[in-house]
Amino acid sequence: MITKRIIPCLDVRNGRVVKGVNFEGLSDVSSPVELARYYSESGADELVFYDITASFEERALFTDILREVAGSIFIPLTVGGGINTLEDFDRVLKCGADKVSVNSGAIRNPELIGQAAQRYGNQCVVISADVKRVGGEFRVFAKGGREDTGMEAIGWIRSCVERGAGEVVLNSIDTDGVKQGFDLEMLRAVCAAVNVPVIASGGAGSIQDFVTLFREIPEVDAGLAASVFHFGEIAIPTLKRELRANGITVRIEEGARYGADR
Amino acid sequence: MIAVIDYGVGNLFSLVSSLRAVGAEAEVTSDPDVIRSAEKLILPGVGAFADAAAKLRQSGLHELIREEAAGGKELLGICLGMQLLFEVSEEYGEHEGLGLLHGRVVPMEGVIPPALKIPQIGWNQLHFVRQHRLLRYIRENDCVYFVHSYYAADCADSLVATTEYGAELTAMVARDNVMGCQFHPEKSGNVGLRILRAFCESEGKR
Repeated sequence: MITKRIIPCLDVRNGRVVKGVNFEGLSDVSSPVELARYYSESGADELVFYDITASFEERALFTDILREVAGSIFIPLTVGGGINTLEDFDRVLKCGADKVSVNSGAIRNPELIGQAAQRYGNQCVVISADVKRVGGEFRVFAKGGREDTGMEAIGWIRSCVERGAGEVVLNSIDTDGVKQGFDLEMLRAVCAAVNVPVIASGGAGSIQDFVTLFREIPEVDAGLAASVFHFGEIAIPTLKRELRANGITVRIEEGARYGADR
Repeated sequence: MIAVIDYGVGNLFSLVSSLRAVGAEAEVTSDPDVIRSAEKLILPGVGAFADAAAKLRQSGLHELIREEAAGGKELLGICLGMQLLFEVSEEYGEHEGLGLLHGRVVPMEGVIPPALKIPQIGWNQLHFVRQHRLLRYIRENDCVYFVHSYYAADCADSLVATTEYGAELTAMVARDNVMGCQFHPEKSGNVGLRILRAFCESEGKR
């Protein structure tokens, strides 16, 4: 059976992971390469690198880092942040990204989704939507959640999938940072509207939140989180064991017992 | 040296990195001399079957790969590269592949329950059909990473492992020196590296 995916998200600026990460046993807690390796070995099913750099120079540094991560971690890598053109897709894919996540870039230019899907395949294009309730409807926000676009979210997400997005990351601004669980109502609405994988983001505070997510909405494919993983509040091996104990199919890789590993 | 055949389809960065991680010497190439002198070949690929098959023909690699395989050189197809090993694909029409393995590539649509998403994207378990050298370091139910909308059917004579996605879908195939994985071993963590290691080792070595 296909497994539910657990995806840590790392914000990278100036070649370093920001939002201070807090682990024992890591010599450099803000090295993207060390953290990627740590998560990969803990059983993360995929990693998202979010480029929050502002300048052109820093962007080049980000791709150097990405190349280093992709050369040493062999699980799928998704890159987001500052993706506005096909050249941006090209730049990160050449450095080893498997998928590219677009948010504000698609709001500014929805054609980007179709063009990228045609060139790189639907599986490569992820639409990431920051969504918040405004006046009784789900509304799409741009610029990292700061700007209300006025667009209704479910219709927007459906149109992105019709244009060729192969996956949806739904980040609920309403539950983000609150740590009281994922936004089940919003996720249900999106899952009912599209037939591509949906990744839940925003609100994870405990292992139980992931159990509830996958139990309540079997259509959700993955759970994404940042701080609860970075601060060690949830350890991925424990999370996966708990999910399995609750009847949810997850990937648990056995240790290096055949002497075949690096 | 393992030649990773470059015919302008897909991103080879991770594949080459993963081969190096298991200690293999890998070279991305479309040069016929390099391909002829390579110890083993890997045929990668993502995207549409017809487009990839056309590129193989136009570049002359179609005949070269067939000759090398006929001469006994080990060949591993990955994802679309595995599908290209078969006789024919039904992806948007009917298109001829390399014809190194018996079988046809058919859509999942209509075969798996409509509630399941297409493409299958994610980690799924392997179920072994028979013993094979590529399975040497992995175990039944180990998970690997899939991204596909089509699968190989009518290939009982080469079937090595399947995966369950609303139906039993072909995951690994092998007949003599021609092998293939529908999933991406270069994106399948340690399990994927173990499969690549088994492929890279000399036959018979344990």
